[in-house]
Amino acid sequence: MKLETPLHRVQGLGAAHSGTTHFWRQRVTAAALVPLTIWFGYAVLHLIGAQQVMVLSFFQHPLNMALMGLFMLAATVHMVLGLQVVIEDYVHTEGTKILLLLLARGMGWLIGATALIALFSMR
Amino acid sequence: MADNPQVQTRHPRPLSPFLTVYRWPVTMATSITHRVTGVGISAGLILIAWWLVALTREPEQYDLFVWVVSGPLGQIVLFGFVWALAFHLLNGIRHLMWDMGYGFKVPTANKTGVLVVTLSVLLAIGVFVFAHMEAGVGAPL
Repeated sequence: MKLETPLHRVQGLGAAHSGTTHFWRQRVTAAALVPLTIWFGYAVLHLIGAQQVMVLSFFQHPLNMALMGLFMLAATVHMVLGLQVVIEDYVHTEGTKILLLLLARGMGWLIGATALIALFSMR
Repeated sequence: MADNPQVQTRHPRPLSPFLTVYRWPVTMATSITHRVTGVGISAGLILIAWWLVALTREPEQYDLFVWVVSGPLGQIVLFGFVWALAFHLLNGIRHLMWDMGYGFKVPTANKTGVLVVTLSVLLAIGVFVFAHMEAGVGAPL
C-alpha cells in the first residue's frame, strides 16, 4: 500500500518540504563565487599599498561596487548554507543546534547587510 | 553474579568505528579541510566587512584596520585566510566537477586532491610574496 499522495510525489519536495533547494543554492552560489573570488583576489592585489582615498575611489566605480556587493552577497549566502550543514552534522543536542543555526543565520545577515550598506555609503 | 551482562568480564565490547581509527586517505583529508577552511573563511568575511566599513569612516578608523592586519598576528591571520580561500576555491571547483560527474575514479580523485593542496599553498605564498614586494614589509592592503 502506498501512503504517499500523488500530489506529494509530483511536488518532489520530500519530508522536509524543501526538496533540493539547499543543495541547489549551495551549488549556484559556489559557481557564482568562482569568478567573483578571482575578481576579489585581483582587486585586493591591485589595491595593496593604496591610500584610503584610492581604495574608496576604486569601490566608487559602479562595476567594482556591484562586483564587491555580489561577492559579499553570494559569500554570505554560501556561508550560511555551509555552516548549516556543519552544525547539523556535528551538533546533536537540539537546543544547542537551533541556537547555533540561528547564530549562523544572524551572522550571515549582519555581515552581508553591513558590507552592502558600507558599499552604498561610499558613493 | 558472574553472568551479569552489565558487568564487563573478559574484554570490552567492540565500539562502532570513529574518525580516529581510520587511515587518512587524500580524499578524506581534503574533504575535512574543505569544511574547516569554509568555517575559517566565515570568520574572514567579518574581516572584509570591517575593511569596507573602515573605508567609509575617518582616516583614524582606517589606519586602525591597517595597523591590525599589518601587525604580526594580523599577518598570520591574513595568511591563513588567503590560504583557506585559495584551498576552498580550488577544492570547490573540484567539487563542482564531481557534481557534473567527472573525476570520480579513486586515482583521479587522489591526484586532483594532491594538486589542489599543492596549488593552494603555492597560490597563498605567491599572493603574500607579491603583496610584500608591492607594499614593502608591514604595509599590506
